[in-house]
Amino acid sequence: MNVALQKSNRALLMKLGFVVIAMFGFGYALVPFYEKICEVTGLRNIAQADESKSTQVDYARTVRVEFDANVRKLPWTFRPLEAIAGVHPGEVRQVMYEIVNTTDRPMTGQAIPSYAPMQAARYFSKLECFCFSRQTLQAGEKRQMPVVFVIDPALPKDIPTITLSYTFFEVEGGGADGKS
Amino acid sequence: MSSIPHDHATGHAEEPPHAHDDHAHGPHGGIMRWVTTTNHKDIGTLYLCFSLIMFFVGGIMALTIRAELFEPGLQIVHPEFFNSMTTLHGLIMIFGAIMPAAVGFANWMIPMLIGAPDMAFARMNNWSFWLLPPAVILLGVSFFVPGGAAAGGWTLYPPLSTQAGMGMDLTIFAIHIMGASSIMGSINIITTILNLRAPGMTLMKMPLFCWTWLITAYLLVAVMPVLAGAVTMLLTDRHFGTTFFNAAGGGDPVLFQHVFWFFGHPEVYILILPAFGIISSIIPTFARKPLFGYASMVYAVAGIAILSFIVWAHHMFTVGMPAAGLLFFMYATMLIAVPTGVKVFNWLATMWKGEMTFEAPMLFAIGFLFLFTLGGFTGLVLAITPVDIQLQDTYYVVAHFHYVMVAGSLFAFFGGTYYWIPKWTGTMYDERLGKLHFWGSMIFFNITFFPMHFLGLAGMPRRIPDYAQQFADWNMVASIGALGFGLSQLIFLYAVIKCIRGDGAKAPAKPWDGGDTLEWTLPSPPPYHTFETPPVIR
Repeated sequence: MNVALQKSNRALLMKLGFVVIAMFGFGYALVPFYEKICEVTGLRNIAQADESKSTQVDYARTVRVEFDANVRKLPWTFRPLEAIAGVHPGEVRQVMYEIVNTTDRPMTGQAIPSYAPMQAARYFSKLECFCFSRQTLQAGEKRQMPVVFVIDPALPKDIPTITLSYTFFEVEGGGADGKS
Repeated sequence: MSSIPHDHATGHAEEPPHAHDDHAHGPHGGIMRWVTTTNHKDIGTLYLCFSLIMFFVGGIMALTIRAELFEPGLQIVHPEFFNSMTTLHGLIMIFGAIMPAAVGFANWMIPMLIGAPDMAFARMNNWSFWLLPPAVILLGVSFFVPGGAAAGGWTLYPPLSTQAGMGMDLTIFAIHIMGASSIMGSINIITTILNLRAPGMTLMKMPLFCWTWLITAYLLVAVMPVLAGAVTMLLTDRHFGTTFFNAAGGGDPVLFQHVFWFFGHPEVYILILPAFGIISSIIPTFARKPLFGYASMVYAVAGIAILSFIVWAHHMFTVGMPAAGLLFFMYATMLIAVPTGVKVFNWLATMWKGEMTFEAPMLFAIGFLFLFTLGGFTGLVLAITPVDIQLQDTYYVVAHFHYVMVAGSLFAFFGGTYYWIPKWTGTMYDERLGKLHFWGSMIFFNITFFPMHFLGLAGMPRRIPDYAQQFADWNMVASIGALGFGLSQLIFLYAVIKCIRGDGAKAPAKPWDGGDTLEWTLPSPPPYHTFETPPVIR
């Protein structure tokens, strides 16, 4: 193999190696790109209030709503003040949650809602929620926060119970001094 | 293998490559020949043997699946193990059997087809092969760690993959290693094709197999790193506190599906394009006519490759995309039928009024043409969003991708083996065994996979160890077919071993009168080093 060929082989190896590294980076670049797309198209509008379409309250029916609270790798205590509520579809209802920062430093967290059963999610409108924004708590601070919601009367009859579950996770660098 | 002639048994392979222009080397003796080899033919043989072994390993997993599904209810294996079987069957067949087989064909044939002395980076070539056995060992070990082997499907979707046991970590490492192997192999192939062609062998004169592999190699270089990134994110989510895919940390599991399928869809063309190349070599030879529409074939392959980057979300129509996204991915997917249709048309036109004979390679090529096209049509059915939402994760999908992967890639590799094994070993294969293998495969393949269309349309979900009573009959048929298909492959094994042992007629340099590519100008088997002086291209 002559030297010129070896050189041109090496040059191609370098170029292709660069493509490989660039594409590895591209895989990671898809993460913020995806988040941006979701934000623009409103696909994951978890931080946005829903609009209530109906004002007709269906007093004939009561849906059992269970409230659940979790933390993920966050040394806070987090609980609903009432665990279960009977709610008429169409009725605007408020429940309170309480978080306590048990550490001796300020921390920022974000709550993510989820529903069980999954089909119930589209009939559950949150008009106001602490999960729409980040919560920054000073050391030892205790905070009570509301969720205001309406259940769409179109909720299928075979869903008698809805569980609303929140998980709080830490937003690193979101605290006052950014330390975590 | 002992039939490869020894010119000088000098055997100092560590010499710098430029120092031995004047004389050829024979191979080392014994096992070290295979461990230290930098010869493209040896490495091709290693790849092909490795993929054959993996084909049987993956096949035994498939038979375990079919045995469990023979009747409704849980009979033979635990559901967890069943899930590991479906997961590992997919991973091993894709990364252990089909991809290494394609690289094996590339190693053996590309230098001989373009008149090059060897691959461009001979030592890296050795390394890309020898990375594969450790990867497979990791997958094998994963069965014995707490929690068992990966069981969330070969697509490794979170949250199952982020919550699974240690077996998942081993799987992730195995994918890293296999990915590195195929990236190195691809760089080697691209460099060989672009820099090492014999004088006069212009790109548009290359046999189509070289073209399909050139484009495949570019796809691999582009998307394998994306898969590496995706599984690295899984790994850091599992152990290092990142939350790319964990919703309870600000991530999104659907993101993984996007990143994975950005790799995954080009990957399915990586699996099929080398097969297209083999078919494009076989059909002209046995129709005794030049390939119809050579240039359009090249453009069609390039078109398929480019389109493969913009269709990935058709694998995930049910995640909840806006209608505009659904429509875009639906139409883009359907567009791929155009270049694919061009290829099928060209193959048919090549056969038109050709003086055809039907030896085993041609039988497999025609079988490929029938069944791959059928698999392509079910692919079009699945591309229709509303239909796909109904059929997502059913046996219809299983039927579809086995028609394109087994009757597509695998049949082409069988055909390619029968086509080139006289060249590789210097011994003609047993035509009777080849035909028997073809008809066994053809018939049992359809008995196995055709009923899966019915099962899928009737709503049977994939990846389940047990099913409702109404699916019982067709599952039993499919299981019987799978056993027959598996046994048919033993004929292939026997036919290949016979050739390797030299048990059969001596192959002439050009066993097929229609063959007009460079490899047929070499004796069978070719000397250990070929085209050290470039051939003259007419």
